[in-house]
Amino acid sequence: MTQGRKLLGHIALLVPPFGWLGVFYLGSLSVLLLSAFWQVDAMSGEIVRDWTLDNFRILFSDTTYSIIARRTTGIALLVTVTDIILAWPLAWVIARKVGPRLKLTLLVLVALPLWSSMLARIYAWRLILGHDGVLNWGLRLVGLPDQNVAFTNIALWIVFSYLWLPFMLMPMVAALERIPASLLDAAGDQGATPWQVFRTVVFPLAIPGMAAGSVFTFAVTQGDYVAPMLVGGAGSEFIGNVVYSNVGVSGNVPFAAAFSLVLLGMVAAYMLLARRFGAFDAQ
Amino acid sequence: MKHARNPAADMTIWAAAIAVLGFLLLPLVIVLLYAFDASSVQVWPIRALSLRWFAATWADEEVRSALLVSLEVAGLATLLATVLGTLAALGMNGLSTRSMQAGSFLLTLPIALPGVLTGIAMNSFFSLLDIPFNFITLVIAHTTFCMVIIFNNVMARLRRLPPSLREAAQDMGATPWHGFITITLPLLAGSVMSGMLLAFALSFDEVIVSTFTAGSETTLPLWIFGAIRLGQHMPEVNVVVFAVIAITILPIIAGQKLAASASREH
Repeated sequence: MTQGRKLLGHIALLVPPFGWLGVFYLGSLSVLLLSAFWQVDAMSGEIVRDWTLDNFRILFSDTTYSIIARRTTGIALLVTVTDIILAWPLAWVIARKVGPRLKLTLLVLVALPLWSSMLARIYAWRLILGHDGVLNWGLRLVGLPDQNVAFTNIALWIVFSYLWLPFMLMPMVAALERIPASLLDAAGDQGATPWQVFRTVVFPLAIPGMAAGSVFTFAVTQGDYVAPMLVGGAGSEFIGNVVYSNVGVSGNVPFAAAFSLVLLGMVAAYMLLARRFGAFDAQ
Repeated sequence: MKHARNPAADMTIWAAAIAVLGFLLLPLVIVLLYAFDASSVQVWPIRALSLRWFAATWADEEVRSALLVSLEVAGLATLLATVLGTLAALGMNGLSTRSMQAGSFLLTLPIALPGVLTGIAMNSFFSLLDIPFNFITLVIAHTTFCMVIIFNNVMARLRRLPPSLREAAQDMGATPWHGFITITLPLLAGSVMSGMLLAFALSFDEVIVSTFTAGSETTLPLWIFGAIRLGQHMPEVNVVVFAVIAITILPIIAGQKLAASASREH
């Protein structure tokens, strides 16, 4: 086959998939970008395709939206930190404490929730946190008063941490596995206490894993609107909820588009930050 | 730490690890149990077990039509994504690292970006073109984010495939097309199949992009979402959730098995 024919072959194969992505995905993203600068006519509800910065002006001047953006980012950060803390012991055990058979079983068990329906997993927490749910039953059993966290930001924090924990566990297991045992032994032989070994050897080497996991936990939490609707309360609105409620007949799609671009900017900024900590190096 | 110098610390780590594993798995167990709850209000502990809500759910026309829509969307999107994802992998195989990276970045974008973004982007796109939201827009959206699953699977397999196989076929006089059909394609079948199962599960469970592209169509996840939000049909939600977990987990386990056996072939 000549070079020219070979190139033609590649192109022929690539046109359908990238044509599809170009039209439906890049096309969609371009329309999103454009429509953020459009407006909805207050009287007719029709979209007016005139260039304006009004959507962004409202977003940055109305405190309602800055509060929502801060809440979204704050909870996403809190969830990320919670998942890092929760992931450590289990990731350490999976990576360094068990044999290959048990390791495989544990990895499957960790991934299992990720593979089952997200809605089902959110719904499970409504059953657990509800007034007559599992948690209050347990509290009554040991003589403690009922909890009332259902439909609050605390419930949201628990549910998000639960939902995305496997995303943090997987890259952390991978990072911890790669630490050579000889390095730990050497540190121990030099007289380092286990805590010193953790602080000076293990933790720094796990940073890329934590960064990789945090990209998921942070981005997925920031972009969600389902959990705030199902387990959050009156003060749990996320950016995604504003976007969601502005799509449809009575909505304001250009405004939703503008807010979703703010979301995109924040997620992209976080990814760039995580990249500096080696989030994308290991895979 | 090879030598267990500190048994107390070791115990603590193990206990914490087991507690975290419980945090991950117990909610799933609980939600699965509720499907067998005879009561129509959810109270723990479950007082009586019954299969009656399974029958009631199966008899519900809304649930059945939502299930049908979900199966059709997931089936069609999986087929389209399989063709497009496989073509992308075959076409990109052998290109420079740079173009490979750019290509897989573009393919990954629809699932890497928050679903809300993909959703509203496609919503704006179809609205601008005056395309009504229906079954077709739903399939287009799902195909777009399922492609990368097939692509990743096929690409991983192609990388492990020795080029010598096809060259040998050509040396023996096979045309490139013939070589592809008789050599490459059969070797890819396993990874394509496991990718299809994953893509099907991904589509079957998707709710965020679907809300923005479904119009008046109701998929099963959209039905569950609506029912939980309004607090209606809760016993049926329990059963549907049970079924959805089964339908998504089983293909994925099968897919993993297929992928494992496919990688053992070489």
